[in-house]
Amino acid sequence: MKVIYTDNNATTQVAPEVLDEMLPYFHDLYGNPSSMHSFGGQVARKLKEARQKVASLIGATPDEILFTGCGTESDSTAIQAAIVSHPDKRHIITTRVEHPAVKNLCEYLEKNGYRVTFLPVDRQGRLNPEDLYKSLSKDTAIVSIMWANNETGVIFPIEEIAQIVTQSGVVFHTDAVQAVGKIPIDVQKIAVDMLSLSGHKIHAPKGIGALYVRKGTKFTPFLIGGHQEKGRRGGTENVASIIGLGKACELAGEHIKEENKPVRYLRDKLENEILKRVPNAMVNGDREHRLPNTTSISFEYVEGEAILLMMNEFGICASSGSACTSGSLEPSHVLRAMGVPFTAAHGSIRFSLSIYNTEEEIDFIIEELPPIIERLRELSPYWDQSKTAAIDPVQG
Amino acid sequence: MWDYTDKVVDHFLHPRNVGEVENPDGIGEEGSLACGDALKLTFKLDENKRIKDAKFQTFGCASAIASSSALTEIVKGMTLEEAQKVTNDDIARYLGGLPKEKMHCSVMGRDALEKAIAYYRGEAEKEIEGEIVCECFGVTDVEIERAVRESNLTTVEDVTDYTKAGGGCESCHDKIQEIIDEVYGKPHVVRLKPAGLTNIQKIKLIEQTLEREIKPSLQKDGGDIELIDVDGNTVIVKLQGTCATCVASQVTLKHYVEAKLRELVTPELVVQEIQS
Ligand code: FES
Repeated sequence: MKVIYTDNNATTQVAPEVLDEMLPYFHDLYGNPSSMHSFGGQVARKLKEARQKVASLIGATPDEILFTGCGTESDSTAIQAAIVSHPDKRHIITTRVEHPAVKNLCEYLEKNGYRVTFLPVDRQGRLNPEDLYKSLSKDTAIVSIMWANNETGVIFPIEEIAQIVTQSGVVFHTDAVQAVGKIPIDVQKIAVDMLSLSGHKIHAPKGIGALYVRKGTKFTPFLIGGHQEKGRRGGTENVASIIGLGKACELAGEHIKEENKPVRYLRDKLENEILKRVPNAMVNGDREHRLPNTTSISFEYVEGEAILLMMNEFGICASSGSACTSGSLEPSHVLRAMGVPFTAAHGSIRFSLSIYNTEEEIDFIIEELPPIIERLRELSPYWDQSKTAAIDPVQG
Repeated sequence: MWDYTDKVVDHFLHPRNVGEVENPDGIGEEGSLACGDALKLTFKLDENKRIKDAKFQTFGCASAIASSSALTEIVKGMTLEEAQKVTNDDIARYLGGLPKEKMHCSVMGRDALEKAIAYYRGEAEKEIEGEIVCECFGVTDVEIERAVRESNLTTVEDVTDYTKAGGGCESCHDKIQEIIDEVYGKPHVVRLKPAGLTNIQKIKLIEQTLEREIKPSLQKDGGDIELIDVDGNTVIVKLQGTCATCVASQVTLKHYVEAKLRELVTPELVVQEIQS
């Protein structure tokens, strides 16, 4: 059975060009970039090149980039660096819709003596910069707000947010893991102090991330060890993956504008056709300010895990914000924060596309999905009722 | 992805007995849209008062659908007395097992069945018994106690898997633990404050801890330990057997013996070894 992969916000396939670039560094060129001999030196040169490529994708200089193990490590490094560097400040601002890498860390810090403001979002998943403005205080050590949401694709007004935060003299970090490579980002123009990105969301392998730290930002390393990364992150570099990340950033930079057109076209086609063919379906989140590859669609009166498993029978891979998929009992905190009614939140499906998706695949989903929803609705006690008497959407 | 058995997948993809029985004798509804799963069970009896037909409608995940399908298959042909004895474990067993986190789906099946039987008997819808312990999922102490007893649950996590209680904001975890403790007759652990220990009590507790906790595990590896003296907070011991010659004996002493004594007696203790 052919696999139709539309779960690219979870992870992406490694681009063939990326893999080609990495392979020699597993066998022929296995030197340690810290070594004094030229066998290691050539690897160090290649690392430098990769750092340059990552930096230029976001408008940074190479010495503002430090490589990490993943997006989560980048987020943790940024937040912990800020609070350790400002020991007198005990307040953190973030949002209710962050990725667990930020959300769970902030909740942990909250239990350990920090005051955390979790900014709300509206029904479209939008943030009101006014709320942020009001929450800032002298005690604020860091503001950490994602660039684009992983579930809905909603893009926050980072330029405006960054301005408000940095004008108040507070450190601003953004988790840009979903945004990098999908929309143009230029840290020269936008006042972010720290920015996280991750390799496996942009066709590099899993297990490599990077953190941009603006020159002059107070910084305390999270991983203390050797002199690697200018002492900002100890540990021998994950050489091949860093080289892969560099290549992936180079490819993304070259194609970001043109590539997004076909991806957006496919996403819109998928979304519009589903909405046309399936009653009681709705898109979650602001459809205008959104990543070009993501759509989160809720199907009322059916449950997400059941939809996923039926799609799986056709080789279609997507993900869901339903509770049952994660082993938790509450549906996605993002959809709940947006006030999506329970009726819909339990039945949400996220499709996230990449340049490797084809129109044929999208057509296949458009054909196969509506009967799946219909079948599950026939099973559902609420579907019949919804046709006769309106069921109140259950709000939480 | 969940590790579902082939039977769960089969009953999910090809659910048996979907729909509503016409003019049902029994109707039982359980769950809600807010909770993410709900089941409506209907059945009809034949002239011998056996369940002739049973059908279901389910909103929920694969295991909720499979559990409902299995339930209808199980009860068909049973008398109400027999059906009444069907447990959630019977449903799970029929499916070749459910992931632990999904056991609440089988509990939903059993509860809907009980309601359907009560409906047939004309028993008024039961008032919610007991007090709500978990606000997030509306689960009462009576329900939690029942799940603990019937399925031998021993941890809060188990209770969440079976009843959903505790799976939201977690503020009910302490109360759930209390219910578990009561069922097993465990006294609540009241830790002795170090200040509350007299010298004699302290020495006794050290002796007991060595005897019950530490010696048996050292003896398993061919070693042993002897208490020589207690001087203030210094516990003087002698290692014996393989422990005496083991290169890692200092590690054992600090990270195991001392840590255990500190945990179970008082955190100020320091362990010292005398060599023979
Ligand atoms: S009250 Fe039990 S989980 Fe919230």
